[in-house]
Amino acid sequence: MLRIINGEVYDPANNINGEVRPIFVKDGKIAASDGGGRTIDATGMVVMPGGVDMHSHIAGPKVNMARKMRPEDHRLDPIRRTSLTRSGVGKTVPSTFATGYRYAAMGYTTAFDAAVPPMAARHAHEEFMDTPVIDKGFFVLMGNNEFIMRQIAARERETLRHYVAWLLQATKGYAVKLVNPGGVELWKFLGNARALDDEVAGFGVTPRQIIQSLAEASMELRLPHCVHIHCNNLGIAGNWETTLETMRALDGRRGHLAHIQFHSYGGKPGGVFTSRVKELAEYVNTHPNLTVDVGQVLFGDTTSMTGDGPLAYMLHRISGRKWINVDVENEEGCGILPIEYKDKNYVHTTQWAAGLEWFLTVRDPWRIALSTDHPNGASFVAYPRIIRLLMDREYRREILKQANPKAIAKTTLPDHDREYSLFEIAIITRAAPARILGLKNKGHLGIGADADITVYEMGEDKEKMFASPRYVIKEGQVLVEDGHIRQETYGKTLFVSPEYDPAVEKDIREFFNNYYTIKFENYPVQLEHYLPRPQEIAAAP
Amino acid sequence: MQADHVVCAFCGCDCDDISVTVEGGRITQAKNACVLGRAWFISHGKPPTLPVARINGQPVTLEQGVEAAARYLADARYPFIYGLSSTTCEAQRLSVALAELLGGCIDCCTSVCHGPSGIAVQAVGEPTCTLGEVKNRADLVIYWGSNPAESHPRHISRYAVTPKGMFVPEGRKGRTVVLVDVRRTPSARAADVFLQIWPGKDFEALWALQALVNGQKPDPAGVEGIGLTLDQLTRLAERMMRCKFGILFIGQGLTQTRGKHFNTAAAFLLVRALHRHTKFALMPMRGHGNVAGVDNVLGWQTGYPFAVNFSLGYPRFNPGEYTAADAFGRNEADAALIVASDPVASLPGQAARRLAEIPTIALDTHESETTRIARVAFTTCTAGIHVEGTVYRMDNIPIRLRKVLPSQYPADEEVLRRLLVRVKELKAC
Amino acid sequence: MAKLAVNLITGRSTKQGIGISTGKAGSEYREATGTIELSLQDMVRAGFSDGDRVTLKSEFGSTEAKCVPADIPEGLAFMAFGASCNQLIGSETHASGMPDSKHIQVEIHLAAEEPKTQGNPE
Repeated sequence: MLRIINGEVYDPANNINGEVRPIFVKDGKIAASDGGGRTIDATGMVVMPGGVDMHSHIAGPKVNMARKMRPEDHRLDPIRRTSLTRSGVGKTVPSTFATGYRYAAMGYTTAFDAAVPPMAARHAHEEFMDTPVIDKGFFVLMGNNEFIMRQIAARERETLRHYVAWLLQATKGYAVKLVNPGGVELWKFLGNARALDDEVAGFGVTPRQIIQSLAEASMELRLPHCVHIHCNNLGIAGNWETTLETMRALDGRRGHLAHIQFHSYGGKPGGVFTSRVKELAEYVNTHPNLTVDVGQVLFGDTTSMTGDGPLAYMLHRISGRKWINVDVENEEGCGILPIEYKDKNYVHTTQWAAGLEWFLTVRDPWRIALSTDHPNGASFVAYPRIIRLLMDREYRREILKQANPKAIAKTTLPDHDREYSLFEIAIITRAAPARILGLKNKGHLGIGADADITVYEMGEDKEKMFASPRYVIKEGQVLVEDGHIRQETYGKTLFVSPEYDPAVEKDIREFFNNYYTIKFENYPVQLEHYLPRPQEIAAAP
Repeated sequence: MQADHVVCAFCGCDCDDISVTVEGGRITQAKNACVLGRAWFISHGKPPTLPVARINGQPVTLEQGVEAAARYLADARYPFIYGLSSTTCEAQRLSVALAELLGGCIDCCTSVCHGPSGIAVQAVGEPTCTLGEVKNRADLVIYWGSNPAESHPRHISRYAVTPKGMFVPEGRKGRTVVLVDVRRTPSARAADVFLQIWPGKDFEALWALQALVNGQKPDPAGVEGIGLTLDQLTRLAERMMRCKFGILFIGQGLTQTRGKHFNTAAAFLLVRALHRHTKFALMPMRGHGNVAGVDNVLGWQTGYPFAVNFSLGYPRFNPGEYTAADAFGRNEADAALIVASDPVASLPGQAARRLAEIPTIALDTHESETTRIARVAFTTCTAGIHVEGTVYRMDNIPIRLRKVLPSQYPADEEVLRRLLVRVKELKAC
Repeated sequence: MAKLAVNLITGRSTKQGIGISTGKAGSEYREATGTIELSLQDMVRAGFSDGDRVTLKSEFGSTEAKCVPADIPEGLAFMAFGASCNQLIGSETHASGMPDSKHIQVEIHLAAEEPKTQGNPE
């Protein structure tokens, strides 16, 4: 039991905007009345729900390959063990323990891995068992799934839907994720998908059909989170048209477009590279079925890791840096390489500016979530700096001066005077991502919500303020005080369990016997062994 | 009684289609298993006769064994945990926690298996895939410095060569198999082309192939003495560039011979260069049933795949210093905890002799060269026969082991958990 | 006495792999890991017969083994992984962690007298 008094509360979901009011906690939940216990005097402090990261790469085979590849990264940021906490390494691909501690120390209490190949779901869950403090879950890669593509080609809508439900159950995943739909399949023979109506050779389907079918399946299954899309042509000049076409293809169906910044470029490959955020943001502004997270880039060295194999190869061909590719049978693939974003570089500056343009151009903050696509644009520990860039236009202008002036001149960034309020920051960092994910008990401080609470000392320097909260409370327990972990706990694993017709298993089993190298019977993740604190999130109403 | 879809955890293939027959408390049959798998199931499916714990060869209780082992470890200045390739990830996770708590070192069989491949990944990356990609797509399969017929017998028949796949519906007939090795091993029978290379010349051959793939002409004098002519190399390079999907499986022929991580990096770079022409992947032939798992566990807990030292309170990585052959061979480690491995039989003589000099604690399912010299030896049950748990195949795909028999012996996990608790208490004193 | 200099390769073999499971104290495993394969030409040149016990010596140590002819190029020899061949391998890894387990320069001659079991430190 706990009460927090005298703090300015920012709880956008309940329309509370800086009002000084007490927050009561009972049995790990927000309660209506005082139940005694410790009192935290939050005078001069800001109280918000715990942060929710809806698009990050923190667990599973791709993240772990990146860790194993980057000793030079780890050496820059060793983390000592303490009597309470495990040791590890930080920087761009932190170890699992470091991931949990660092999210928590920054006031984030929930994070989702955005791209787990179903066949490696067990691996992601194993890492989650070693990821302390935060609640976590993952999205299941389905945009290049060969069984799915066969069902689309055969117009077997029912089978497709049952299979999606079966796969979510088998993996104990949270949502349907598409990465470069069709393109990763083609990459398995060195190709790629360039347009929404390109045919995926060998399967007779198009990226457009994959997008539409899985958007529909997600809606029909009433999954808490809609289809989560990494569009075709990420990072390529002129890709804004593909992105716009993807938005149009959704045709009123709900869809979340991930790391939208990376998909908002004009120009031509090999020609001029520009930002087309204005046009895309305008489309989002007028289409309430769409939500986005930004995928903000910050200058510096990081690690690019993506389910988009051909993209990683393209980046490797540009930089020549070490490169991992993993193709996963019947399902997906991934690519990994180190990458450095330089402020003097024209393209990198355009990318940096495009992210900020997104934040400043989308009018409804409920439909845009803060993300760096960790660690693709930057590490998640950079969130406080992004918050400062959004809240402090003088600071933004200072940074702008250091960037490539030619690139800046071609963006709308110098024209923006907008500054985010604390209320809006609370939306894009917790309330909106929780709502987009369909997490009813997170991202707000209403009665019955999970008592995941962050208390910040009010300060002029918003980066400092958001980097080291005074208190972080998870399920009603004070876990972090003054940046230090006070007790080590393990959060829950969030998953969905949509129903399916067991008759579909016959076709799936046959597909396994023919094309997989693991038996159908050994594929599903056992809840009792891999989810020590499972929390099923119910279907949307 | 018959149990189906059982996983054979002996080698890095981790075949999960074994049907095991249990009669009278013993495994009598292991259908679908290869010769190595059958031996594993049948011999581990017999009840062992060893005491659960021994101190200097004398039977003691599990508690007494744990007490003695915990004291040896807690008293050591440079305790070293090694092995872990034939146990579950659950046990591996505890082993890393124990190494961290002790401020010691932890290394796994990777260092004498594909450690040089791990180092090459850190240098140049790795284009790879899962085994099913090979089954479904590969029309060119190359084994280099690997003898799957003897080391991973079903690698050929279940994954890479014989099976029919989505884009290789004709199976074996749809694939060309090339074997590159220093001697004509039994694997040559499975190959269409056998190329005999002279020992220690792998780097030169791989580098010449890379040049050919990049459109350069190597100097014929440069390839003299490698056992293959420039003409043979050119035909191989052309074959590689022409295929639709190629796979290069690399074995210890590259990692254990002169050049080591330069050999493996040369192989990775060759496969990378091939991407200008076609799709190609590479996969190290990992030996033991969960040696890939320990790389993964160390990867997610510490950031490094093997050779990890915690003496400063945080993980550091340095092959050649924190690796078993070196730390024991140079008489640095002063206590050893060996889990599910037999370094006295598998490390160089000098390193093996060091293990007999210092307090060595061994966890094994059977008597081994190491349990024989151990001050404290625990008999544990076999993961995948007596206890469930997670293992990773050579392609990093995780699989859950099944339990087919009960056992009176504790699992590695249980002994390690007790050690962790006791060492924590001793360290707190 | 005839001496033979060879380039020794160590590696896995089926019998050694089976022996890991059936027991390292067993005679099959001892035999599998205590045998050196040579080319027939080399054996003839050195005056070895199939099944002779030979002493192997490297820079790092020595051991004994039974020699048998095999399909292997002249100048090369093969032994299955095990405690026996490990006596011939140094623990220097050249900062890689991996000992030189293949491509070892070894001298071989007929064993003097009674066979001694190597690799068992007891």
